[in-house]
Amino acid sequence: MASISKVRKTREAKPYIHPYLGGFLLGLVLFLAFLLTGNGLGASGAMSRLTVFVEDQIAPQHVDRTPYLLKMAGGDKNPLDDWIVPIFFGALLGGAVSGWLNGRLKIEINKGPRISNRTRLLLAFLGGMIMVYGARMARGCTSGQALSGGATLAAGSWALMFAVFGGAYALAYFVRKLWN
Amino acid sequence: MPVFPLKAFQQVSSANPWTYLVFGLIGFAFGFVLESSGFGNSRKLAAQFYFKDLTVLKVMFGAIVTAMVLLFTASGMGILDFNQVWVNPTYLWSGILGGLIMGIGFIIGGFCPGTSVVATATGKLDGLFFLLGGFFGAFLFGETEKYFDQWWNISGYYGRLLLPEVFGLPTGVVVMLIVLMALFMFWGAEQLERIFGQRDLSRKPKMQMVGALFLLVFAALTIVLGQPSLEEKYARIAPQKEPLLQNREVYVSPAEVFHTIHKQYIRLVLLDVRPEVQYNLYHIRGAENVPLEQIPAYIRKLLAYSPSNTVYVVISNDEKLSTQAWKMLVAGGVPNVYILEGGLNNWLAVFGKDDPQIKALPVSTSAEEELRYLFPAALGDRYQSAAPSPIKYEELEYEEKIKLELKRDKSGGGCG
Repeated sequence: MASISKVRKTREAKPYIHPYLGGFLLGLVLFLAFLLTGNGLGASGAMSRLTVFVEDQIAPQHVDRTPYLLKMAGGDKNPLDDWIVPIFFGALLGGAVSGWLNGRLKIEINKGPRISNRTRLLLAFLGGMIMVYGARMARGCTSGQALSGGATLAAGSWALMFAVFGGAYALAYFVRKLWN
Repeated sequence: MPVFPLKAFQQVSSANPWTYLVFGLIGFAFGFVLESSGFGNSRKLAAQFYFKDLTVLKVMFGAIVTAMVLLFTASGMGILDFNQVWVNPTYLWSGILGGLIMGIGFIIGGFCPGTSVVATATGKLDGLFFLLGGFFGAFLFGETEKYFDQWWNISGYYGRLLLPEVFGLPTGVVVMLIVLMALFMFWGAEQLERIFGQRDLSRKPKMQMVGALFLLVFAALTIVLGQPSLEEKYARIAPQKEPLLQNREVYVSPAEVFHTIHKQYIRLVLLDVRPEVQYNLYHIRGAENVPLEQIPAYIRKLLAYSPSNTVYVVISNDEKLSTQAWKMLVAGGVPNVYILEGGLNNWLAVFGKDDPQIKALPVSTSAEEELRYLFPAALGDRYQSAAPSPIKYEELEYEEKIKLELKRDKSGGGCG
């Protein structure tokens, strides 16, 4: 932990790019993904597939009996044989390279000033669990539904997008101590 | 013929390992941009919900409108076949409930799945814990989905439903309205940042105006170009498709249609494209009546609802109407479409001989697209020949023309 931050200490973390430039570049990536492959971007689908892959190693018969898992990994189907899986690992690498180039590769915990590291990590786990449960229910997360569906004018994705912001804004006031 | 999306990249499979590389590169760019925009930092993301720093909104809507104007411009110019682009099917209620749950997870955990990936990649431990929680959440969903399987699969299902259809407006107009909405939101976001985040707005980069202008110009372009009609789409693919008609590869004999009805592995949909009056007079049992003018609206339903082993056979009295319908369906991107060879007149020539209620008229008396048989009443499919006996006609021989072309399976697509 300490070694990485020591190495980076000499380099100041560069500022993030301007939000509109970020939006433009992300839109360009999204457009190219659609143009070349007909598919958009995504993340939670890969998390689901990786989970099912592990389940399939431990309890293949259980997977074959569960309707939702069956579609991805029933019989000799490989749940990892899907476009979203290389996207996931590519994003992991791309994020690391960007962080490395800009001096932001650093082991740390980002949190509000009023909570402990332990609370933050616990809530991050809980939030991740809730988020991906919701994302699977909605058949996609902010990337696969809001971004990809939003750009292709999918009606359901727009409804979902407002629901995500609605849910977060509705709860934000009550958990303000976590972040401020 | 629209070149994009490229066929070779449409499906990842272990048979073509290099497609992994293509998607991996797209993922790389995705992760790189997310991290560069500050999405690896949970505090920056959460600040969105306290109006201090609206980067999330700016990046997200910026990306959506950029990709949107480019997509629909490319489609309008005929470079991109929008039918081949994955559009998230609408499952309204599970989408809204899932969205609300996601919002709760977002504000508690400080990430969404994509951003937690880049946070993890840059050493943020809270990102890693979010990601681990996410795997557990995915596991929980897989295990609990069976308790509400039916609701999840059918509630509020509208298939491939696009906003222009919801509002009854041309695509270009909707694109323009969304661009205007986004620009208004960007302006509003900056006012909020000024008030809640004490942000100094006096030094705004000039590029912002260029960006806004770029969006407006492209949105205007989508209005001017419009989206291709089925006729225009067919004109583009005609060089590939006309030979199928000329060589009669898609005209299937009544005997083959009849035998295909009884095949277990094919889901046969008979589309009777004649006017309703004629359909009521006589039709093959199980045929759906979709008059020619209703086909454009019907294609969306076909694309959304149909399992991949569906084969369509279009039917009219002869072949003129059905060939027109075939062109529309093929232009609309519907796979596995065939035409009943010789139409119902030919069907009746094969199966109507023994039908006691039907009488053949002399050929010379009828014009094109008219039935050459006399029916005593509009009994629809209650004629013997409308559902020929499988035992009696089992031995009927034919040249097999139907080849099931499986469309790409997207059941696990989208974000998952």
